[in-house]
Amino acid sequence: MPAPIRLRELIRTIRTARTQAEEREMIQKECAAIRSSFREEDNTYRCRNVAKLLYMHMLGYPAHFGQLECLKLIASQKFTDKRIGYLGAMLLLDERQDVHLLMTNCIKNDLNHSTQYVQGLALCTLGCMGSSEMCRDLAGEVEKLLKTSNSYLRKKAALCAVHVIRKVPELMEMFLPATKNLLSEKNHGVLHTSVVLLTEMCERSPDMLAHFRKNEKLVPQLVRILKNLIMSGYSPEHDVSGISDPFLQVRILRLLRILGKNDDDSSEAMNDILAQVATNTETSKNVGNAILYETVLTIMDIKSESGLRVLAINILGRFLLNNDKNIRYVALTSLLKTVQTDHNAVQRHRSTIVDCLKDLDVSIKRRAMELSFALVNGNNIRGMMKELLYFLDSCDPEFKADCASGVFLAAEKYAPSKRWHIDTIMRVLTTAGSYVRDDSVPNLIQLITNSVEMHAYTVQRLYKALLDDISQQPLVQVASWCIGEYGDLLVSGQCEEEEPIQVTEDEVLDVLEGLLVSNLSTPVTRGYALTAIMKLSTRFSSVNRIKKVVSIYGSSIDVELQQRAVEYNALFKKYDHMRSALLERMPIMEKTASNGPTEIVQTNGETEPSVVEPKHPPPVTLPTNQGTDLLDLLGGNDMALAIPNTVPTKPASAGGELLDLLGDLSLSGGPAPTPAPSVPTSQPSFLLDGLSSQPLFNDIAAAGIPPIIAYNKNGLKIDFTFERANPNPNIAVITIHASNTTETDMTDFVFQAAVPKTFQLQLLSPSSNVVPALNQGTVTQVIRVLNPQKQQLRMRIKLTYTHRGSAVQDLAEVNNFPPQSWQ
Amino acid sequence: MRFLLLFSRQGKLRLQKWFTAMTDREKKKIIREMTTIVLARQPRSCNFLQWKDLKIIYKRYASLYFCLAVENQENELLALEVIHRYVELLDKYFGNVCELDIIFNFEKAYFILDEFLMGGEIQETSKQIVNRAIESSDMLQEDDHSEWYEVELFGP
Repeated sequence: MPAPIRLRELIRTIRTARTQAEEREMIQKECAAIRSSFREEDNTYRCRNVAKLLYMHMLGYPAHFGQLECLKLIASQKFTDKRIGYLGAMLLLDERQDVHLLMTNCIKNDLNHSTQYVQGLALCTLGCMGSSEMCRDLAGEVEKLLKTSNSYLRKKAALCAVHVIRKVPELMEMFLPATKNLLSEKNHGVLHTSVVLLTEMCERSPDMLAHFRKNEKLVPQLVRILKNLIMSGYSPEHDVSGISDPFLQVRILRLLRILGKNDDDSSEAMNDILAQVATNTETSKNVGNAILYETVLTIMDIKSESGLRVLAINILGRFLLNNDKNIRYVALTSLLKTVQTDHNAVQRHRSTIVDCLKDLDVSIKRRAMELSFALVNGNNIRGMMKELLYFLDSCDPEFKADCASGVFLAAEKYAPSKRWHIDTIMRVLTTAGSYVRDDSVPNLIQLITNSVEMHAYTVQRLYKALLDDISQQPLVQVASWCIGEYGDLLVSGQCEEEEPIQVTEDEVLDVLEGLLVSNLSTPVTRGYALTAIMKLSTRFSSVNRIKKVVSIYGSSIDVELQQRAVEYNALFKKYDHMRSALLERMPIMEKTASNGPTEIVQTNGETEPSVVEPKHPPPVTLPTNQGTDLLDLLGGNDMALAIPNTVPTKPASAGGELLDLLGDLSLSGGPAPTPAPSVPTSQPSFLLDGLSSQPLFNDIAAAGIPPIIAYNKNGLKIDFTFERANPNPNIAVITIHASNTTETDMTDFVFQAAVPKTFQLQLLSPSSNVVPALNQGTVTQVIRVLNPQKQQLRMRIKLTYTHRGSAVQDLAEVNNFPPQSWQ
Repeated sequence: MRFLLLFSRQGKLRLQKWFTAMTDREKKKIIREMTTIVLARQPRSCNFLQWKDLKIIYKRYASLYFCLAVENQENELLALEVIHRYVELLDKYFGNVCELDIIFNFEKAYFILDEFLMGGEIQETSKQIVNRAIESSDMLQEDDHSEWYEVELFGP
């Protein structure tokens, strides 16, 4: 068989390939040749073949069949073989394969070889890719070499020890004795690697750290070495642009940082040298700045005196003015870390930082933006916001979302006036509207609601913005919500803050209808628009137009819109008497914690248009009318309100609430959605158990819980029967049966219930609202009670009905629940 | 340091050194991402960028990009010096090094790197000592046909 081609030859050949396919062909051919050569166990050319294999591996081709060959090379006596063999091992083998363990013995032998370069190869390989098992086996050898006087081997052994400690931290102790004299070396290589080893030990173990501080007096030693480096004259071997061994200087500074952190004595001992380095280092080249940078990091991390800290921040300030981009970037990053602790000092450089917003470099712009937001406070908010808004206008899209969120946060914390706040929000919505995060919309709505005196101004500005541009969805959503709420203020021209515009009702409705039909509007936006139109029916006089729009959308393809339209339609037709109350002005919302189980509190049937749940329930300051009488149930103690079919405020379920408040709904005209409230899937899980308005289970009381008589007065009797026929044991399902022993029917019968705060309640639709006379039939209704804390069940009920021509209302408390119903 | 990559302006890999254990698939993915990100950078941008939880320092020398990934607490400005030092070592060894030298002598490039760095840390800060070590090792290779002989380069 002819001799395998040389490595250089192969590389040359492969480079002549003009296509990927051609290259692949060449490689495959050569691989085949190499494979057969391996099979022949040819010692002479093995090295050459493995080298070629490594080249092909770098091009991305598989080379695993060479792994064992690497091992054979390592075991060879020839240095050339070992060199390539170890290189191959580092490139092709990894600890996931058991093959690598076969190396252990070879490495062990080579660690004891008579030639230092062979020992070096072994140390290097072990220190690069040794697995935990290998490290455990060979740690002793490494430790031995750590004590040798041969500096070439000593430095390698030190780094090898670092690797061993990283892989097997428990072995750290065994290297401790060998570290005793490491720092008295003159050789920089050994010094450097020793500092690395000591750093690794101190970082990993607080005990080691304490030991080195107290017993070994590491800090004075390091200070001495650093001083020598700075003060000594030119040393050709280690000089870099006039600085002596910057790599070693930086490493020492880093170790000093760890030693000085949270330790007064150590920090004190290094104060002088840090000041010296900070003032004496040449800053004209990158090298000097690298050392200064490390010094600043150390000063900020240890317990340095304030003079030193100011010095550090000033260095960073100078960095900010440097022409070199890298240095500016590094300065911004460091200032970001220190802005919390040394806020005032960083504030002094605010104008430079703000200038960096205009830098061309993307990395610098991002850092400058983050830092600018960190520097905003009550004093500089107006100026800073101007700069940041200007930045928002002109920055790349990747920044806009973060910037917008930052602006909102800052404005919320430090707004000098409500008008300024609204103006700022308007500016963000109009310039970066499409990048604003979805959760900003409900937050903004809440903010606007709470700025009562600004309502007219806000709605006017938003209206004008809509006239210009309807493509930015968050802006459009907020605007339609406001117009729906405050449209009356808009047309009456009540604005005080600026010149009121003349707008007619029809113009407003034109705009809202425009949103409904526009291709730019998302389904969510359309929902907002439709609800806004509906709300205006109580604020505007052109009700007929609104009625027409609403009924058109009753046949919309979009299920969401269709449902809303149908329900609003129903409001017009059958429940007109409730409409004004339902569509009343929203009260001031309290902000609650954003995450956390909220109690299910009713918004009085008022449709909350936002699809994203605003997690704040309106407090109990609603005007009295029929719908709010429920609150009287609470009677001022800590019972939570539960309205029939209450769910977390989602539009579809809000519609469901309406349906249930109003009892059975017979829909006339237009295709009706299914009578059962459509259940959105994001309801609390216990509602997902196949919810519908029909009872879920047969009336046979399978659970064997005895029924109770909950109420019996004036001829009206209400029984409670219990079920536990669902997978969730915390839910009690109660069916009420209302019967009437008098001779006249009880009509318009409504059953309402309230439970203590630790429970949650859901009332499904009743079977009817007429309790027939003389026990001819019963009205049934299902209640589901969630009782996760297994507390004793109590309930307050309220009954309203018309009997013999007069309205009857009664309140009662039910305390006789059988224990099995809630345990 | 986590890894060091050298690649050409067309994205062809010329050298890869990994300082932590990783699967082949992960390595390939990282190489692809690095080449894409670095080659897309504007010509006069700063040499640092943030990638996942690592800092990437890259510098172009002639037709080769040197790309070094370090952990968050490491000094980026010094990393630039590390890259520069490696280029100087290559330059001294090959004499006016160019990309072709590294292509045709990739194993030598690795040997030099392994005398300069180990396990993600700097091993030797003196240029002369690294160069002498490489020269001596090369001489050992030439003597393979006879027997070993000790090469005493420098004392304790």
